Amino acid sequence: MRSTSVMADALSRRNLLRQAGAAGLATLAMPAWAETMVTLPLPGGPGDRPITTGFPQKGAMILQRSRPPMLETPFEVFDQGVFTPNDRFFVRWHWSVIPTQINVDRFRLAVRGQVNKPLSLSLKELMALPHIEYAAVDECSGNSRGFFQPRVAGGEWGNGGMGNARWTGVRLKDVLDRAGVKPGAVQVRFTGLDKPPVADGPRFIKSLAADHARDGEVMIAFAMNGQQLPLLNGFPLRLVVPGWYATYWVKMLSDIEVLDSPDTNFWMKTAYLIPDTPHADMQPGQAGVKLVPINRLNPRSFVTNVKAGATLPVGMPASVRGIAFGGDAGVKQVDFSADGGQTWHAAGLGKDEGKYSFRRWETRFTPKAKGTLVLMVRCTNSKGEVQPGAANWNPSGFMRNVIESTPVTVA
Amino acid sequence: MTRKFLALALVSAAALSTLAAQAEAPATLKSVDVTLPRSPVKLPDGPNVAVVRSTCTGCHSPEMILYQPTMPKPAWEAEVNKMKSIYKAPIDPKNIPAIVDYLTAVKGPK
Repeated sequence: MRSTSVMADALSRRNLLRQAGAAGLATLAMPAWAETMVTLPLPGGPGDRPITTGFPQKGAMILQRSRPPMLETPFEVFDQGVFTPNDRFFVRWHWSVIPTQINVDRFRLAVRGQVNKPLSLSLKELMALPHIEYAAVDECSGNSRGFFQPRVAGGEWGNGGMGNARWTGVRLKDVLDRAGVKPGAVQVRFTGLDKPPVADGPRFIKSLAADHARDGEVMIAFAMNGQQLPLLNGFPLRLVVPGWYATYWVKMLSDIEVLDSPDTNFWMKTAYLIPDTPHADMQPGQAGVKLVPINRLNPRSFVTNVKAGATLPVGMPASVRGIAFGGDAGVKQVDFSADGGQTWHAAGLGKDEGKYSFRRWETRFTPKAKGTLVLMVRCTNSKGEVQPGAANWNPSGFMRNVIESTPVTVA
Repeated sequence: MTRKFLALALVSAAALSTLAAQAEAPATLKSVDVTLPRSPVKLPDGPNVAVVRSTCTGCHSPEMILYQPTMPKPAWEAEVNKMKSIYKAPIDPKNIPAIVDYLTAVKGPK
């Protein structure tokens, strides 16, 4: 029996041809390591990006920006399984001065501020603490920003500014307990080794509430998917804040400071703020909107094996699959529609890898008549939160989670 | 017979645990020394491109500019001012109009 995987193959051949054409146009500007191009379907463009294999410990990635590095996971990677391979995992740095040599014997993690006993931990000392491990989605606050309408300035991601890994590390709580947090601690602040190239630029620093930092889930990770972290994903240590946006997952974590008053640094007080409204939604130009620091991930779901513009054979059962995640709660249900959202049916769910993980969904349907169809997929998480039918908008391009639509032709 | 079976079971268990161990996180980490590549993208020619090259690409490579959506002059003005005031880009105020003109010429509405 013929299924959509055949169509998906035909599609990728067509895409290869199209990419080859685009690459031909760009040859003059591209060195050998930018081997081909991809076109992200961003409204109004530009959507053409080089595919690069030039970054250390990384495979083929969509080049969003060389410096500071910003690399997008090509979307087909998400069809290959629920865990995103380390060498395809997205990369995004704020400042360009990033150490390229890390000596594991010399590296130290400082714990200081409102603690009884400041610490300077070697990697050996840190890794001697009890280990924890779980799967969690790491998603950039601005993932899918390029689809915002009206468009907003920033890193113009497609949908690949996210990934799912099995993280291994130690509890942040255990490290804080070792230092002894003093009464009156309000927040815990995290700094990595990255620095601005300008002397007075604000270093990238993020904070969590003290209770959140000590919830026993927030992790100082030294491994992802069973391997040490690629340098560009934060080697040797990164914070993992499951269910929260990646902005809090500080890479190359080197300093933990316990604060007795709320953090007013630029990256908490001014940047990474969202409207305090359902879906962080507001109108362009709307005044008087209360802003709060971005926080919990929201639910999303995607079709991964059928691309927009694919052709499905009429009267033949088509198998459609993809990934879903619930945000800061598990995936309760994934619904699929083959008629642009008029009717829905529940898709089958794959193995539960934990509430913070991607989860596979799969369903079948038979296109009954020739013409065009819009496939839609909608995730409901275990708290009952469901993806909205209309796209949210905010001036920073954060937290897009509209129900995705995949138009296809039936022939 | 029973002893033989037990031995076999133990061997299997050992084999299984070896397999499991392979999937586990590393017990120690290895030092890393890498090189980050230079940008493959150059800013296209346009009015005042020299000042844009010498001012803007100190903090970020040209893709940051070129992959932005089309934006009108006031939006580019706001971006340049943001780079200076918030991110402390070393922009000489007298060069701001020249930079904005370039950005509007290259990335403004046609």
